[in-house]
Amino acid sequence: MRRFSNTILTGLPMLLWALSALADTDGVFDEYRAMFGDENPAIFVIDEGEELWLTAAGPKAVTLENCDLGLGPGVVEGAYAQLPRYFQDAQRVQDLESRLEYCMIHLQGRSAADIHARPYSLRGDLGTEMEALVAWIAEQSRGLPIAPGQAHVQERNAYALGESLFYYRAGPHDFSCATCHGQSGKRIRLQALPDLTGHDGAAEAYSSWPAYRISQGLVRTMGWRMRDCFRQQRMPELIMGSEASVALQTYLAVNAAGAAMAAPGLKR
Amino acid sequence: MKILTLTLTLFLLTHSAVAQDAADALRSSMADKNFVTLERIDRDALQELCSKPRTAAIDPEAAASIRQAALESVPEPGNADYLGDWARGEAIASNGRGLQYSDNPDQANGGNCYACHQLDPDELAYGTLGPSLAGYGARGQSPAMLQYTWAKLWNTHAYNVCSHMPRFGAAGILTEQQLRDVMAFLFAPESPVNRNLTP
Repeated sequence: MRRFSNTILTGLPMLLWALSALADTDGVFDEYRAMFGDENPAIFVIDEGEELWLTAAGPKAVTLENCDLGLGPGVVEGAYAQLPRYFQDAQRVQDLESRLEYCMIHLQGRSAADIHARPYSLRGDLGTEMEALVAWIAEQSRGLPIAPGQAHVQERNAYALGESLFYYRAGPHDFSCATCHGQSGKRIRLQALPDLTGHDGAAEAYSSWPAYRISQGLVRTMGWRMRDCFRQQRMPELIMGSEASVALQTYLAVNAAGAAMAAPGLKR
Repeated sequence: MKILTLTLTLFLLTHSAVAQDAADALRSSMADKNFVTLERIDRDALQELCSKPRTAAIDPEAAASIRQAALESVPEPGNADYLGDWARGEAIASNGRGLQYSDNPDQANGGNCYACHQLDPDELAYGTLGPSLAGYGARGQSPAMLQYTWAKLWNTHAYNVCSHMPRFGAAGILTEQQLRDVMAFLFAPESPVNRNLTP
C-alpha cells in the first residue's frame, strides 16, 4: 500500500507536467518560461515596490505605511487577494491601483494629475512606481485564496456592471471582452484565450496578474491588462482605477474566487 | 398573467438600466487617445442587441429586421467584379493593424483574418475563434457563392445575426478594393488557401 502511494506521488508531477504541456499552446514562450524555473525577473521589481512603500513622498513627505488596503492600516499581507472591495472612507469600490491612488492623495498629499501622468510604463521604460508597488503588494498574497468583497451592495453592483461591460459590443469592429474571452478552448493566432466567464479561465487569468511580461521586459498590472484589452477592441484609453476598470476586475475576481493567487506571473 | 407582465417589465427596466449604466460608466472611465474618441462608446442598434452572451436568446423579430437591413445594404462591387489580387489579399489577411489608438491612421487597415481563421494550410499561426477557411475555393465558384461571401465580408449579420466577426465593409474597416483582394485570396485556384491542400 505504502509502495503504491509512493508510485502515485512520484508519478503525479510527471502527469501534471504532461497535462499542462498538452493544454498550453504558448509554444516557444513555455520553453522560455521553463528556462527561468522558479526565478521570475519580477523579483527585482518586487524589492523596488517594498522600498517605495517605505519611502517618504509627496508634499506631506510621508510613507505609505499607514495606507489601509482593506485589512487595516499598513497590513499588506493578504490584502491583494481581498480586492476589489468597498472602502467606507472613499465611498466606492476600489481595486489596488485606485486604492493606492487614494492613499497617495490623502496620506502623501499628492495630486491625481501627478499620479495619472504615467501610471503604466510605455515601451522602453524601466517601470513605474505603481507597477512596482502593485508587484510587491500582490506578491504578499501569493498562495492565498481570491476573496473579493461581495457583502456590500456597491460591491454587488460593481460585479453586475462588470458583467454588463464584459458583453458590451462597440467600436468599429463590434468587439467586446466576450469576443475573445467568452468561450473555452479557443486561441487568437497561436495565443490561447482563457474563458473569463467561467471559474477555471477566470482563475487562471486573475491569479497570474500582475505579471512580468517577457516580450516587454516589464511588470504589467491587471489595470494595464484591462486598458490594453480595450485598446485591442479599438476603444478609447481606459483610465487607471476608473469605475469601469474596477467593475471589470470585480467581475473577474468574483468569477475566480477561491483560487490561489500566484502573482506576479510570468507571461510571454 | 398580470404578474408575468409586471415581472417582464421590471426585468426589462432593470436590464436597460444596467445597459445605460455601462455606457455611462465607460464615458467617465475612458479618455480620448490620439484619433480614438469617446464617440466609439456609442452603440448602434445591432451592437446593443448583440451585447449579450452567445447563449442568450435574441428577439426573433429584431434579428429578422437586422438581417434584412444588413442584406439590403450590401453593395455590389463595381462591374460585378468580385475578385482582385490574391497576393494583396494575403497581405491584408495577415495584417492586424488599424483603428487602434496605437496604430498609424495614415496606413491602410488590415483584415487580421488569421487572428480567427485558418486560411493557407501551411500557415500555422492561425486562430480558432472562427471556422477554418482552408480550401475555401473548393466550396464552389458560382455567382451565388461569390455574392454570399462578399456579403459575409461586408456585413456578417446578413447571414448570422450577432456573429462576432467585424463588419469589414459596412463599418469601413476595409475598402472595396481590399475586400476584392481578400475575395481573390479565398477563391483563386492559385491562392495558397486553395493550392496548398494536401490530398
